[in-house]
Amino acid sequence: MNRLDYSVARPAAEALQVNKVIRNTYTLLSATLFFSALMAAVSVVISMPPMTYLISIVGAMLLIWFVLPKTANSASGLGVVFAITGLMGFGLGPMLEMYLSLPNGTQIVGTAFGGTGVIFLGLSGYALTSRKNFNFMGGFLFAGMLVVLVGALANIFLQIPAFSLAISAVIIMLMSGFILYDTSRMIHERDSNYVMMTVSLYLSIFNIFVSLLHILGMTSDD
Amino acid sequence: MDWMKIGSALLILAMIIFLFPRAKQMLKNSPEAEPGDWQGAILPILAVVGFVLLLIVMV
Repeated sequence: MNRLDYSVARPAAEALQVNKVIRNTYTLLSATLFFSALMAAVSVVISMPPMTYLISIVGAMLLIWFVLPKTANSASGLGVVFAITGLMGFGLGPMLEMYLSLPNGTQIVGTAFGGTGVIFLGLSGYALTSRKNFNFMGGFLFAGMLVVLVGALANIFLQIPAFSLAISAVIIMLMSGFILYDTSRMIHERDSNYVMMTVSLYLSIFNIFVSLLHILGMTSDD
Repeated sequence: MDWMKIGSALLILAMIIFLFPRAKQMLKNSPEAEPGDWQGAILPILAVVGFVLLLIVMV
Protein backbone atom coordinates (compact mmCIF):
# COMPACT_ATOMS: atom_id res chain seq x y z
CA MET A 1 0.00 0.00 0.00
CA ASN A 2 2.80 2.41 0.91
CA ARG A 3 4.65 1.62 -2.35
CA LEU A 4 1.47 2.37 -4.35
CA ASP A 5 0.98 5.65 -2.46
CA TYR A 6 4.60 6.58 -3.18
CA SER A 7 4.33 5.80 -6.92
CA VAL A 8 1.10 7.84 -7.20
CA ALA A 9 2.26 10.70 -4.95
CA ARG A 10 5.65 11.24 -6.62
CA PRO A 11 4.45 12.39 -10.07
CA ALA A 12 1.84 14.62 -8.37
CA ALA A 13 4.54 16.17 -6.16
CA GLU A 14 6.74 16.82 -9.20
CA ALA A 15 3.82 18.37 -11.10
CA LEU A 16 3.15 20.67 -8.13
CA GLN A 17 6.83 21.67 -8.05
CA VAL A 18 6.85 22.39 -11.82
CA ASN A 19 3.65 24.45 -11.54
CA LYS A 20 5.18 26.38 -8.64
CA VAL A 21 8.30 27.21 -10.68
CA ILE A 22 6.17 28.28 -13.67
CA ARG A 23 3.90 30.44 -11.49
CA ASN A 24 6.84 32.08 -9.67
CA THR A 25 8.71 32.69 -12.92
CA TYR A 26 5.83 34.40 -14.70
CA THR A 27 4.90 36.44 -11.61
CA LEU A 28 8.48 37.68 -11.24
CA LEU A 29 8.76 38.25 -15.00
CA SER A 30 5.59 40.40 -15.01
CA ALA A 31 6.90 42.48 -12.11
CA THR A 32 10.35 42.95 -13.67
CA LEU A 33 8.92 43.84 -17.08
CA PHE A 34 6.72 46.49 -15.45
CA PHE A 35 9.70 47.85 -13.48
CA SER A 36 11.88 47.84 -16.59
CA ALA A 37 9.24 49.76 -18.57
CA LEU A 38 8.97 52.27 -15.72
CA MET A 39 12.74 52.81 -15.71
CA ALA A 40 12.69 53.20 -19.51
CA ALA A 41 9.99 55.88 -19.19
CA VAL A 42 12.05 57.71 -16.53
CA SER A 43 15.12 57.56 -18.79
CA VAL A 44 13.14 59.01 -21.73
CA VAL A 45 11.66 61.82 -19.59
CA ILE A 46 15.03 62.92 -18.17
CA SER A 47 16.70 62.59 -21.63
CA MET A 48 19.71 60.47 -20.78
CA PRO A 49 22.70 60.62 -23.20
CA PRO A 50 23.33 57.79 -25.73
CA MET A 51 26.22 56.36 -23.69
CA THR A 52 23.65 55.37 -21.03
CA TYR A 53 22.69 52.30 -23.09
CA LEU A 54 26.22 50.93 -23.16
CA ILE A 55 26.93 51.63 -19.48
CA SER A 56 23.60 50.09 -18.41
CA ILE A 57 24.12 46.94 -20.48
CA VAL A 58 27.68 46.52 -19.16
CA GLY A 59 26.38 46.90 -15.59
CA ALA A 60 23.57 44.42 -16.20
CA MET A 61 25.92 41.86 -17.80
CA LEU A 62 28.35 42.11 -14.87
CA LEU A 63 25.46 41.46 -12.46
CA ILE A 64 24.27 38.50 -14.56
CA TRP A 65 27.71 36.89 -14.85
CA PHE A 66 29.17 37.50 -11.40
CA VAL A 67 26.42 38.30 -8.88
CA LEU A 68 23.27 36.47 -9.98
CA PRO A 69 24.72 32.92 -9.89
CA LYS A 70 25.73 33.47 -6.25
CA THR A 71 22.40 34.97 -5.15
CA ALA A 72 19.85 33.08 -7.26
CA ASN A 73 19.01 30.70 -4.41
CA SER A 74 18.54 33.40 -1.78
CA ALA A 75 16.15 36.31 -1.19
CA SER A 76 18.78 38.80 -2.39
CA GLY A 77 18.44 37.20 -5.83
CA LEU A 78 15.15 39.06 -6.23
CA GLY A 79 16.90 42.37 -5.63
CA VAL A 80 19.58 41.43 -8.17
CA VAL A 81 16.92 40.56 -10.78
CA PHE A 82 15.21 43.92 -10.31
CA ALA A 83 18.60 45.66 -10.52
CA ILE A 84 19.38 43.87 -13.81
CA THR A 85 16.01 44.56 -15.41
CA GLY A 86 15.90 48.12 -14.06
CA LEU A 87 19.34 48.87 -15.51
CA MET A 88 18.46 47.41 -18.89
CA GLY A 89 15.17 49.31 -18.99
CA PHE A 90 16.93 52.53 -18.04
CA GLY A 91 19.47 51.95 -20.80
CA LEU A 92 16.68 51.75 -23.37
CA GLY A 93 15.74 55.40 -22.77
CA PRO A 94 18.08 57.06 -25.33
CA MET A 95 17.17 54.48 -27.99
CA LEU A 96 13.43 54.97 -27.41
CA GLU A 97 13.88 58.74 -27.50
CA MET A 98 15.62 58.42 -30.87
CA TYR A 99 12.85 56.29 -32.36
CA LEU A 100 10.10 58.47 -30.87
CA SER A 101 11.63 61.50 -32.58
CA LEU A 102 10.98 59.89 -36.02
CA PRO A 103 7.80 61.03 -37.89
CA ASN A 104 5.98 57.73 -37.19
CA GLY A 105 8.05 56.96 -34.10
CA THR A 106 5.14 56.32 -31.76
CA GLN A 107 3.75 53.74 -34.19
CA ILE A 108 7.15 52.03 -34.50
CA VAL A 109 7.67 51.80 -30.74
CA GLY A 110 4.06 50.73 -30.11
CA THR A 111 4.20 48.07 -32.84
CA ALA A 112 7.52 46.74 -31.55
CA PHE A 113 6.11 46.62 -28.00
CA GLY A 114 2.89 44.86 -29.03
CA GLY A 115 4.70 42.56 -31.44
CA THR A 116 7.15 41.47 -28.75
CA GLY A 117 4.25 40.68 -26.42
CA VAL A 118 2.43 38.62 -29.05
CA ILE A 119 5.61 36.70 -29.96
CA PHE A 120 6.42 35.92 -26.31
CA LEU A 121 2.89 34.91 -25.34
CA GLY A 122 2.45 32.82 -28.50
CA LEU A 123 5.71 30.90 -28.08
CA SER A 124 5.28 30.43 -24.33
CA GLY A 125 1.70 29.27 -24.81
CA TYR A 126 2.85 26.79 -27.45
CA ALA A 127 5.66 25.41 -25.27
CA LEU A 128 3.42 25.17 -22.17
CA THR A 129 0.45 23.51 -23.89
CA SER A 130 2.39 21.15 -26.20
CA ARG A 131 4.73 20.12 -23.31
CA LYS A 132 7.34 19.25 -25.98
CA ASN A 133 10.93 18.91 -24.78
CA PHE A 134 13.08 21.47 -26.60
CA ASN A 135 16.30 20.68 -24.67
CA PHE A 136 17.93 19.37 -27.87
CA MET A 137 18.08 22.98 -29.13
CA GLY A 138 20.47 24.21 -26.43
CA GLY A 139 23.76 23.65 -28.26
CA PHE A 140 22.43 25.01 -31.55
CA LEU A 141 21.06 28.16 -29.89
CA PHE A 142 24.27 28.99 -28.00
CA ALA A 143 26.38 28.34 -31.12
CA GLY A 144 24.00 30.55 -33.10
CA MET A 145 24.38 33.31 -30.48
CA LEU A 146 28.15 33.17 -30.86
CA VAL A 147 27.90 33.46 -34.65
CA VAL A 148 25.56 36.47 -34.31
CA LEU A 149 27.89 38.15 -31.81
CA VAL A 150 30.86 37.70 -34.18
CA GLY A 151 28.75 39.18 -36.99
CA ALA A 152 27.68 42.10 -34.82
CA LEU A 153 31.30 42.74 -33.82
CA ALA A 154 32.36 42.78 -37.47
CA ASN A 155 29.50 45.12 -38.42
CA ILE A 156 30.59 47.71 -35.85
CA PHE A 157 33.53 48.35 -38.21
CA LEU A 158 31.93 47.40 -41.56
CA GLN A 159 28.77 49.52 -40.97
CA ILE A 160 26.64 47.70 -43.60
CA PRO A 161 22.91 48.51 -43.02
CA ALA A 162 21.64 45.33 -44.75
CA PHE A 163 23.94 43.20 -42.61
CA SER A 164 22.67 44.98 -39.50
CA LEU A 165 19.10 44.19 -40.57
CA ALA A 166 20.00 40.53 -41.13
CA ILE A 167 21.61 40.33 -37.68
CA SER A 168 18.44 41.71 -36.07
CA ALA A 169 16.32 39.18 -37.97
CA VAL A 170 18.53 36.29 -36.85
CA ILE A 171 18.44 37.56 -33.25
CA ILE A 172 14.63 37.48 -33.29
CA MET A 173 14.68 33.87 -34.53
CA LEU A 174 17.32 32.83 -31.98
CA MET A 175 15.51 34.53 -29.09
CA SER A 176 12.28 32.82 -30.19
CA GLY A 177 14.18 29.54 -29.96
CA PHE A 178 15.44 30.51 -26.50
CA ILE A 179 11.88 31.21 -25.31
CA LEU A 180 10.87 27.69 -26.40
CA TYR A 181 14.04 26.21 -24.84
CA ASP A 182 13.73 28.05 -21.50
CA THR A 183 9.99 27.35 -21.16
CA SER A 184 10.67 23.68 -21.89
CA ARG A 185 13.40 23.65 -19.21
CA MET A 186 10.92 24.99 -16.66
CA ILE A 187 8.62 22.05 -17.39
CA HIS A 188 11.13 19.23 -17.76
CA GLU A 189 14.05 20.11 -15.46
CA ARG A 190 13.41 19.08 -11.89
CA ASP A 191 15.69 21.64 -10.23
CA SER A 192 15.06 24.72 -12.39
CA ASN A 193 15.48 28.00 -10.49
CA TYR A 194 12.72 30.55 -11.11
CA VAL A 195 15.07 33.53 -10.63
CA MET A 196 17.46 32.31 -13.35
CA MET A 197 14.50 31.42 -15.60
CA THR A 198 13.08 34.93 -15.19
CA VAL A 199 16.36 36.54 -16.24
CA SER A 200 16.70 34.20 -19.25
CA LEU A 201 13.18 34.96 -20.45
CA TYR A 202 13.62 38.67 -19.79
CA LEU A 203 16.79 38.75 -21.91
CA SER A 204 14.95 37.01 -24.77
CA ILE A 205 12.08 39.52 -24.58
CA PHE A 206 14.50 42.48 -24.36
CA ASN A 207 16.49 41.33 -27.40
CA ILE A 208 13.36 40.68 -29.45
CA PHE A 209 12.05 44.17 -28.61
CA VAL A 210 15.33 45.92 -29.50
CA SER A 211 15.71 43.91 -32.74
CA LEU A 212 12.09 44.58 -33.73
CA LEU A 213 12.61 48.31 -33.09
CA HIS A 214 15.67 48.20 -35.32
CA ILE A 215 13.92 46.31 -38.15
CA LEU A 216 10.75 48.40 -38.04
CA GLY A 217 12.77 51.61 -37.78
CA MET A 218 14.90 50.76 -40.82
CA THR A 219 12.06 49.44 -43.00
CA SER A 220 9.44 52.10 -42.22
CA ASP A 221 8.49 54.43 -45.08
CA ASP A 222 10.19 57.42 -43.47
CA MET B 1 36.49 55.71 -34.00
CA ASP B 2 34.23 56.98 -31.22
CA TRP B 3 33.97 55.65 -27.70
CA MET B 4 30.52 54.11 -28.27
CA LYS B 5 31.91 51.88 -31.02
CA ILE B 6 34.97 50.92 -28.96
CA GLY B 7 32.80 50.23 -25.90
CA SER B 8 30.29 48.20 -27.94
CA ALA B 9 33.09 46.17 -29.53
CA LEU B 10 34.65 45.43 -26.13
CA LEU B 11 31.28 44.43 -24.67
CA ILE B 12 30.55 42.06 -27.57
CA LEU B 13 34.07 40.60 -27.28
CA ALA B 14 33.52 40.02 -23.55
CA MET B 15 30.19 38.29 -24.29
CA ILE B 16 31.87 36.04 -26.88
CA ILE B 17 34.63 35.11 -24.41
CA PHE B 18 32.09 34.43 -21.68
CA LEU B 19 29.68 32.44 -23.84
CA PHE B 20 32.24 30.35 -25.76
CA PRO B 21 32.89 27.72 -23.02
CA ARG B 22 29.15 27.44 -22.32
CA ALA B 23 28.37 26.99 -26.03
CA LYS B 24 31.08 24.30 -26.31
CA GLN B 25 29.69 22.47 -23.29
CA MET B 26 26.10 22.71 -24.57
CA LEU B 27 27.06 21.41 -28.03
CA LYS B 28 28.81 18.45 -26.42
CA ASN B 29 26.13 17.61 -23.83
CA SER B 30 22.81 18.53 -25.48
CA PRO B 31 20.50 15.56 -25.97
CA GLU B 32 19.91 14.29 -29.51
CA ALA B 33 16.75 15.41 -31.25
CA GLU B 34 14.16 12.71 -31.89
CA PRO B 35 12.18 12.43 -35.15
CA GLY B 36 9.76 15.33 -35.39
CA ASP B 37 11.51 17.44 -32.74
CA TRP B 38 13.02 19.95 -35.14
CA GLN B 39 9.72 20.28 -37.02
CA GLY B 40 8.01 21.10 -33.71
CA ALA B 41 10.58 23.86 -33.11
CA ILE B 42 10.96 25.31 -36.60
CA LEU B 43 7.23 25.73 -37.32
CA PRO B 44 6.58 28.25 -34.48
CA ILE B 45 9.77 30.12 -35.39
CA LEU B 46 8.62 30.37 -39.01
CA ALA B 47 5.30 31.68 -37.67
CA VAL B 48 7.28 34.37 -35.81
CA VAL B 49 9.09 35.28 -39.05
CA GLY B 50 5.74 35.61 -40.84
CA PHE B 51 4.38 37.74 -38.01
CA VAL B 52 7.39 40.08 -38.14
CA LEU B 53 6.90 40.48 -41.92
CA LEU B 54 3.27 41.40 -41.21
CA LEU B 55 4.42 44.01 -38.68
CA ILE B 56 6.85 45.47 -41.25
CA VAL B 57 3.99 45.84 -43.76
CA MET B 58 1.75 47.43 -41.10
CA VAL B 59 4.23 50.16 -40.10
